[in-house]
Amino acid sequence: MARYLLKRFGYILVSLFFIITITFLLMKLAPGGPFTSERKTSPAIEQQMLEAYGLNDPLYKQYFDYLINAVQLDFGPSFKYDGQEVTDIIARSFPYSLILGLEAIFIAVAFGVFLGVIAALWHNKFPDYTAMVLAVMGISVPSFIMATILQYVFSIKLGMLPIARFESFAHTILPAVALASTPLAFIARLMRSSMLEVLHADYIKTAKSKGLGKRIVTYRHALRNAILPVVSYMGPLVISVLTGSFVIEKIFSIPGLGNEFVVSVTNRDYTVIMGTTVFFSVLLLVTILIVDLIYGLIDPRIKVASKGAKE
Amino acid sequence: MSQVKLQQADFEPLHVEGKDAERIAGESTSYWKDAWRRFRKNKLALFGVVVIILLGIMSFIGEPISGQNYSENDLINANQSPSSEHWFGTDNLGRDVFARTWYGAKISLFIGLMASLIDLVIGVIWGAVAGFYGGKVDEYMMRIADILYSVPYLLVVILLMVIMPQGLWTLIIAMTITGWINMARIVRGQVMQLRSEEYVMASRSLGASNSRLMFRHLVPNTLGPILVTLTLTIPSAIFTEAFLSYLGLGVPAPKASWGTMSSDALSSFQYYPYQLFFPALFICLTMLAFNIVGDGLRDALDPKERK
Repeated sequence: MARYLLKRFGYILVSLFFIITITFLLMKLAPGGPFTSERKTSPAIEQQMLEAYGLNDPLYKQYFDYLINAVQLDFGPSFKYDGQEVTDIIARSFPYSLILGLEAIFIAVAFGVFLGVIAALWHNKFPDYTAMVLAVMGISVPSFIMATILQYVFSIKLGMLPIARFESFAHTILPAVALASTPLAFIARLMRSSMLEVLHADYIKTAKSKGLGKRIVTYRHALRNAILPVVSYMGPLVISVLTGSFVIEKIFSIPGLGNEFVVSVTNRDYTVIMGTTVFFSVLLLVTILIVDLIYGLIDPRIKVASKGAKE
Repeated sequence: MSQVKLQQADFEPLHVEGKDAERIAGESTSYWKDAWRRFRKNKLALFGVVVIILLGIMSFIGEPISGQNYSENDLINANQSPSSEHWFGTDNLGRDVFARTWYGAKISLFIGLMASLIDLVIGVIWGAVAGFYGGKVDEYMMRIADILYSVPYLLVVILLMVIMPQGLWTLIIAMTITGWINMARIVRGQVMQLRSEEYVMASRSLGASNSRLMFRHLVPNTLGPILVTLTLTIPSAIFTEAFLSYLGLGVPAPKASWGTMSSDALSSFQYYPYQLFFPALFICLTMLAFNIVGDGLRDALDPKERK
């Protein structure tokens, strides 16, 4: 177990090293310096600014400085917003994204599993078709269109929920639903096929023939096993919620990290872009590790330490 | 039920030639014939095919039949509701939304198809080589893919769009730079399964080279999963294009795609919802059509997976 963990941490570090290096190089390749888009500055001032941000150093020195600082979670100052550290921007905006993301994940998992189970229990009957039509629509309607539809229906036409901003629980409902819609549909399909498979398994037949009630067989015996693929879907789910937040936070004017990333992209604020990218990657790599560990815990058939556990 | 009258003659054995006794009466079916038979039964998937064909045709004839130009500004007639002259209305610069929608269809479908085809070529070669040689080659190749895969796809695409000049091909390149990994994984898995089959050994013992084994024998036998993955990559590419356009990183003006059109229409959608409605509708419709065709293909090509 300890060896496995060590190995996984090793991979995470290698991946991070590559990600930091590649983002650093990409941002150096980007056309135009960070100050070119601003109004014309005199060469002397520009020289001074380059000096102040350490952009006059040779590339390898800039790279090592960046690498060392990044390890200490210091991504340097923002180029566009004077006196703001990238770390501060992340610390300020991430809580919003975290709340939104957790809510979206909760909605996606809860409703996705529910729909999938319904569909499997009434296989090839009306509830199955309804659930699967909903799922196909969820996959086909992009989150940003879903967000606009939700805003139009629930805020403009019905006036039930606030259209934008992030102040109370009511404000979080629409963006969380929009963010959850696509992964929800995927989970529903995943859950349906895995539930169908489990319901035909021998041990379910045994449980039924022991005379256990339908409810116990379904929820205690079948559901527990059928939910395993959904657990392994947590990685893609987090990715989907994370990237979805770029547009959803923009549409709903939520001051979260996704919005911050998009703004930094339009501003060409290179340090913020790099910082958020590295932060997103850490978040993701750690999530995937945690998911793998949980998977080993809830499914004893998969031994975490064994070789095949990673796949 | 009426009684069947049996006669002595009914019990006479039929006279069959020795050779004919072994003849298989039914027409023999191939894998693809069989798949087509199953696919044809799937009404929903057929509907998807029809929708895709219609969208394809409209992307070519849509702009000409409207009699309007997709990029011509007409500020006096800006923001008009749908009418007999402008079938889908006009946008904030007075451009005809109908013409733009079908011009956008061309761009969106082109990006979707192109990105998926490039993914297909790289993914199939990478996956086939990794799966066929196995061992160290496989380990290194897949490790590279894993590292690329550990960064979210859209994040990579956005980063690349930032540093490259805006344009259609930039978009396609950015999308394919990590997009092929999924295809590579699927092909690798299939090739690994198939490489120990007897027919591969037979071909090898007849002196076939490695590349011949890979691309003449193994890859054609994984065509089913490849086709399904391809069909399902197209909607995701169209989605990515729309997503990027929405963030202002899509195809530059005056070119239009469904994504840029929705993005432009968003600011005024409270007042002119139809400007958003049409491009959004066609994004959804296209994704829906490709998704159901992909599902239909999966059911038809791999009956084991059928639920």
